[in-house]
Amino acid sequence: MVERQSPLEPAPLELELRTGSHGDFEHGIEVILSETRPGSILQLAAWPGREKELIAGIRTVTGLALPDGAGAGSTDGARSAFGFAPGKFTVVDEAEGLASAFANVVTPAIGTVTDLSHGRTAIRIAGPKAEWVLAKFFAIDFALPAFPVGAGRSTMHHDVFAQIQRTGADQFDIYVFRSFARSFWKALCHAGEEVGYEVQ
Amino acid sequence: MLITCPYCGPRDVIEFTYQGDGNRERPQPASQDLDAWNAYVYDRLNPAGDHNEIWQHSGGCRAHLRVVRNTLTHEISSVAFTRGDHKVAARHKAEGKL
Ligand SMILES: [Zn+2]
Repeated sequence: MVERQSPLEPAPLELELRTGSHGDFEHGIEVILSETRPGSILQLAAWPGREKELIAGIRTVTGLALPDGAGAGSTDGARSAFGFAPGKFTVVDEAEGLASAFANVVTPAIGTVTDLSHGRTAIRIAGPKAEWVLAKFFAIDFALPAFPVGAGRSTMHHDVFAQIQRTGADQFDIYVFRSFARSFWKALCHAGEEVGYEVQ
Repeated sequence: MLITCPYCGPRDVIEFTYQGDGNRERPQPASQDLDAWNAYVYDRLNPAGDHNEIWQHSGGCRAHLRVVRNTLTHEISSVAFTRGDHKVAARHKAEGKL
């Protein structure tokens, strides 16, 4: 695949993009921001009535079993999948080439595979104040019982569309359009200043 | 105002886009029935009370929704996917309405 440059780079002059501790960190770092840079980000969509076959295909290719229900998802650290709309799923892999792995599994009769690897940027926010910081951006319930580990949500911050997957009790992966990623990242940094944040 | 998306759950109205009156019936594209086209484009019930509306969860799952909203109170009494509407279309087809 063509070598990608992160939209968060180069970052010679912008404090928020540099690795290290920022904001009010003297009392401790309460959120950690990083870019996960997955090799593959796919959108899978099933034709009406073919959803179960698509979910079975996700399991075949990634080994991830998706629970039933809207927004349900799963992650094993290297690979992640979650529903973000009726019959539609985001599937992510650290490695490149996931789209070709699906080519023979999700046939045109079952649904479609769209490779968004170059179109989305994946930002991870982790730490005890991750929920707190995200709640300033998105009007959804981030509490663990309402938003379990593995689950995904489609929402937006102003007009920046975001898909959010909870990948840990205090960890969220946010997928935003690549062209918005830089400004969204800076907004996240500003929101994290009060709790002390570290860029990894 | 909150709209409870059947997929995403309750969300702020800012995530939704109004797609117009849900009572309209669009004539067939080839129809030359000017009264039907006039009604489709201009006639509105404008009720003071429950109103059938089409909304899109554009800032979420992007599904199109049938919403019944009270124009006096903004109370939303029902939300459903429009996606099932192809069954209505199939019935109309079977009845020779399309
Ligand atoms: Zn929705």
